[in-house]
Amino acid sequence: MSQIFHRSTNTLSKLSIFGALFLALGALWVTLEVNRSGYVTQEGVAREQPVPFSHQHHVGGLGIDCRYCHTSVETSATAGLPPTKTCMNCHSQIWNNSPTLEPVRASFRNDTSIEWTKVNDLPDFVYFNHSAHVNQGVGCTTCHGRVDQMPLMAQAASLQMEWCLECHRHPEHYVRPRAAVFQVAYEPPLDQLALGTRLVKEYGIHTRTSCSTCHR
Amino acid sequence: MSDTETTRRSDRIHLRVIADARPTGRSYWKSLEELARDPAVEEMLRREFPEQASVFDDPVGRRQFLTLMGASLALAGLTACTRQPEEKIVPYVKPPEDAVPGRPLFFATAVLDGGYAKGVLVESHLGRPTKIEGNPDHPASLGATDARAQAAVLELYDPDRAQTLTHLGEIRPWGSFLASMKSALDAQRPLQGGGIRFLTETVTSPTLAGQLQAFLAEFPAARWHQWEPAGRDAVRAGARLAFGQPVETRYRLDAADVVLCLDADFVSEGPANVRYIRDFTSRRKLEGDPRAMSRLYTVECTPTLAGALADHRLPVRPSEVEEVARAVAAGVGAGAEAGFPAGAGSPRAAWVAAVVKDLLAHPGSAVVIPGEYQSPAVHALAHAINARLGGVGKTVFYAPPVEASPVDQLASLKELAADMDRGAVSLLVVLGGNPVFTAPADLDFAARMDKVAMRVHLGLHADETAERCHWQIPQAHGLEAWSDARAFDGTVTLIQPLIAPLYPSAKSAHEVMAAFSARPEQTGYDIVRDHWRKEGLGPDFEKGWRRALHDGVVAGPPPAPAAPAVASGEWTRSSARPAGTGLEVAFRPDPTIHDGRYANNGWLQELPKPLTKLTWDNAALMGPETARGLGISIERDSLGSLTDVVEIRLGGRSVRAPAWIVPGHPEDSLTLHFGYGRTRAGRVGTGAGFNAYALRTSAEPWWAAGAEARRTGERHRIACTQDHWSMEGRPVVRSASLEEYERDPAFAHEAAEEPAADLTLYPPVKYEGHAWGMSIDLNSCVGCNACMVACVSENNIPVVGKDQTGRGREMHWIRVDRYYSGDPAKPETLETHHQPLTCMQCENAPCEVVCPVAATVHSDEGLNDMVYNRCVGTRYCSNNCPYKVRRFNFYLYQDWDTPTFKLMRNPEVTVRSRGVMEKCTYCVQRINRARIDARNEGRPIRDGEIKTACQQACPAEAIVFGDVNDRESRVARLKAQPRSYGLLAELNTRPRTTYLASVRNPNPEVSRG
Repeated sequence: MSQIFHRSTNTLSKLSIFGALFLALGALWVTLEVNRSGYVTQEGVAREQPVPFSHQHHVGGLGIDCRYCHTSVETSATAGLPPTKTCMNCHSQIWNNSPTLEPVRASFRNDTSIEWTKVNDLPDFVYFNHSAHVNQGVGCTTCHGRVDQMPLMAQAASLQMEWCLECHRHPEHYVRPRAAVFQVAYEPPLDQLALGTRLVKEYGIHTRTSCSTCHR
Repeated sequence: MSDTETTRRSDRIHLRVIADARPTGRSYWKSLEELARDPAVEEMLRREFPEQASVFDDPVGRRQFLTLMGASLALAGLTACTRQPEEKIVPYVKPPEDAVPGRPLFFATAVLDGGYAKGVLVESHLGRPTKIEGNPDHPASLGATDARAQAAVLELYDPDRAQTLTHLGEIRPWGSFLASMKSALDAQRPLQGGGIRFLTETVTSPTLAGQLQAFLAEFPAARWHQWEPAGRDAVRAGARLAFGQPVETRYRLDAADVVLCLDADFVSEGPANVRYIRDFTSRRKLEGDPRAMSRLYTVECTPTLAGALADHRLPVRPSEVEEVARAVAAGVGAGAEAGFPAGAGSPRAAWVAAVVKDLLAHPGSAVVIPGEYQSPAVHALAHAINARLGGVGKTVFYAPPVEASPVDQLASLKELAADMDRGAVSLLVVLGGNPVFTAPADLDFAARMDKVAMRVHLGLHADETAERCHWQIPQAHGLEAWSDARAFDGTVTLIQPLIAPLYPSAKSAHEVMAAFSARPEQTGYDIVRDHWRKEGLGPDFEKGWRRALHDGVVAGPPPAPAAPAVASGEWTRSSARPAGTGLEVAFRPDPTIHDGRYANNGWLQELPKPLTKLTWDNAALMGPETARGLGISIERDSLGSLTDVVEIRLGGRSVRAPAWIVPGHPEDSLTLHFGYGRTRAGRVGTGAGFNAYALRTSAEPWWAAGAEARRTGERHRIACTQDHWSMEGRPVVRSASLEEYERDPAFAHEAAEEPAADLTLYPPVKYEGHAWGMSIDLNSCVGCNACMVACVSENNIPVVGKDQTGRGREMHWIRVDRYYSGDPAKPETLETHHQPLTCMQCENAPCEVVCPVAATVHSDEGLNDMVYNRCVGTRYCSNNCPYKVRRFNFYLYQDWDTPTFKLMRNPEVTVRSRGVMEKCTYCVQRINRARIDARNEGRPIRDGEIKTACQQACPAEAIVFGDVNDRESRVARLKAQPRSYGLLAELNTRPRTTYLASVRNPNPEVSRG
């Protein structure tokens, strides 16, 4: 009886079995990469807001301190989003006829809140605390990026757990002097590792990676 | 491992442990069936989650099962690929002072219990009250609360609350009500208000009393009646009998060496229960001289928590309490006639003689407490005994009454019913309360009320009374309205709202009363402030007002103590009613839902009743012999318990009630808890239980004789948590007498061996920094369940309902187990022990090693972390937990949709979904908050800074939490006590929660059968 399959089928079948393995691994890799991409994490995606508030202008241009608006960042879990009153402190005097700012004036007039879209949005089972970080030398821009260069706010990091853990496992790579926490233009020195190691010791930083640190 | 193998192994352990347990000579049992070694119960106890663990009663075939599983896996995978939904941030326009998002504020106010204030601090998250804590500055709280106070949060957010002002069922504006009342008042003016009646509950509020009195001054012929179904009429009447005036009696249990309760449950009932628990247990801590431990005797006609705490407990029938009181009075020479027809030789006479001797041996430090539901004569006798024992001014204090108008409420209600019957009432205003449901059956209140031309009801719910009223005004909850109230010792608290009324038409009693004044539109705030402006709050009113609001108590001199003399009277002569034939029935308010007002409160409905562990139902409680006589049988299966329904006839009235057997209940008598059987409570309470009010008459409100009971043949399903999570006879609760303790303080360690710390295959873990631990004092725990509701409130624990509770799927992270020792046939030998049980946070946690997805792992501080977002619901951890403290969300128990519940939840704790295991976390949200606060302030965490929710609520201070690595911490010092033992430590789990063994202080002269 003659062979049903040509001899080359042997090679083909070996190749395809071998290839299937790569294909499966490749698919897995693609899935993981997609999961890490900005498409899923929304990293680098500027969100539309009711008022096109520019951090570039207010922080970079005017040099307003982060804490002028985000008042509770040193004392509370949330940094705090400014009430309309804070906007009106200045905008009752300047740009008080700008059509772009009409939603702000309307909010103040009608006593209805402006509904901002959350940019840095952690899942509900994650309990992040701003005060715990800024008081230990984690700078605003370390997580939020160069907000002074963002005309519209976008998430600067993936905010995935591996990203959190990177710093929790190696804080010396990221901490800066407490005095520099709110400096948006802060650049880590060349010997960050030496500085970081010293600061970790000085500040008594014990980063924790137990689940209940963030999940409860 | 097969089932039989497991069984055999557990039997082996069981036998060994029992043998080990011998030295203390006690064995404990949880239920009568367990004691009798009922094979059905034994079978159930072996199972994990009874039944459903081994039976998959789904008729779907294998192929179909695989198809479904495949599809659901694929769908589950797909849903995981979605992006997070967009969320909004809504900041304030103008932020209120002090409101910092993420940091709760606490406001001092009070919750009312029977009209009396219990001071609380309410946690508020951006204007949403979420949790109640005790106010350490308030004398009735001292920082603790009871279960009912904790549940006030759910009462506020109850979606079934009355939401609109209605007239004959139609929604009306407030102005329309005011106009209607104005015309009614105008019509009554010539009659001086002769047809107007107000009916309130007990009023201690100075402002409300002032408003009512002002109204009565303007309309002198109008009447103000009061009715509290579980009221304190006997306390008032007893004081009148003994002193000729209604003085308020207070006890100093921390100064008492010997306490005798005459059917008084100071743990659960009364305006000072939280304070009394603290005072009493302060003498049971065994931290100094063991001889300083006090001794408690109780005489009681239904098993109560005070009786469970007692060193000697004498169960008697309701008709016999007065007899015993009289015998004690005669014994101490308090000028009463003895009345023991049985003669001096009876065991009961011997018991009384020993108690009398003990009381006399402690002049000035003994105290006798009469029960709130006992006859006035018992109260008068107790006053006379206390005077004789020299306790007045030391353990017993008298003061002017706290209530605004201390009337005989039953007589007051009877008068109102009679007036309504003869058509003398044309306007009835019911300010709170539900008299149609709660009035004694013989008053026929509903029918008589129908004769009133205009009926107005102010209530939280559109209840049974609202149904029969023309006007139904939704009542503003105590956390929504301004008011004031006084505590048991007269301390005034200004009640401040934490939130604007959820329903805009809700009004407080003050605002409704204003409708009958010259200024009908006055707000509650102005009314209360005006009252106190007149009353005065120190030299500067504004300053005094702000200070009073901040502190939660109005500063002022305490009322002058009175020292009235006991006057001899009729009560000294024996007047005991002859014991009739048939059963005696004791009526008591329900231990959880009280007089029925909390019937729609799911937290309280699902809270196991302290001694019976019943949920969602009341029952006719009876002793084992009585039950045998009636032919009662109780079966247990996977859906709960099935019991017989009995028909109880009393004075021509009858109810059908499920029977329930309670060890230690006096025979030939029944206990019926009223409050159940509501017809218009809401989605939670309507239809639950039977209505015991139907048997309760104005002649015999607290007990009656001559009842008949018979088995109907009908069966009723009961959800009882009693036999769930059994401990299989291991030495779980350990106890000794004071004498045994003095001989061998480390007696608790003899019950079971504790393996060496290095006896493990895993590498040893060293906990540097903090190591959290807990110590629970079984000697202090009174079993009041405040910790359970506090935990539910703090940790967003769902209510699962009667059906699921019956299947053993209740979600409580902390439970209070109840164990008995002794012979149920001799009720006076019974000892009751409570054991609060949370996750033990084992260092060698058996749950962690079996989790396939590492959803439960250890933290660096020794917490057994549960990660909900990782959990896939295999339930292996629960199967491997020897303590049975893990809870699984079999269904979506959380109500995700009801808007008010979204306001109620603690934002610091994840709201769990279906298919997720959960358990006690030692309130890790509180640990993290304290840690971050301490770090931000650059200081170490102080001992006592972190209080778990259960610890904070505990009136007995039985639960202590802290850092066991800190040798100076309170918890470390408690764990160093010789009484301290680890539960099931013989399994080498190394639990972080340990117990202090119980020590009782029995009188060697009292025979224990």
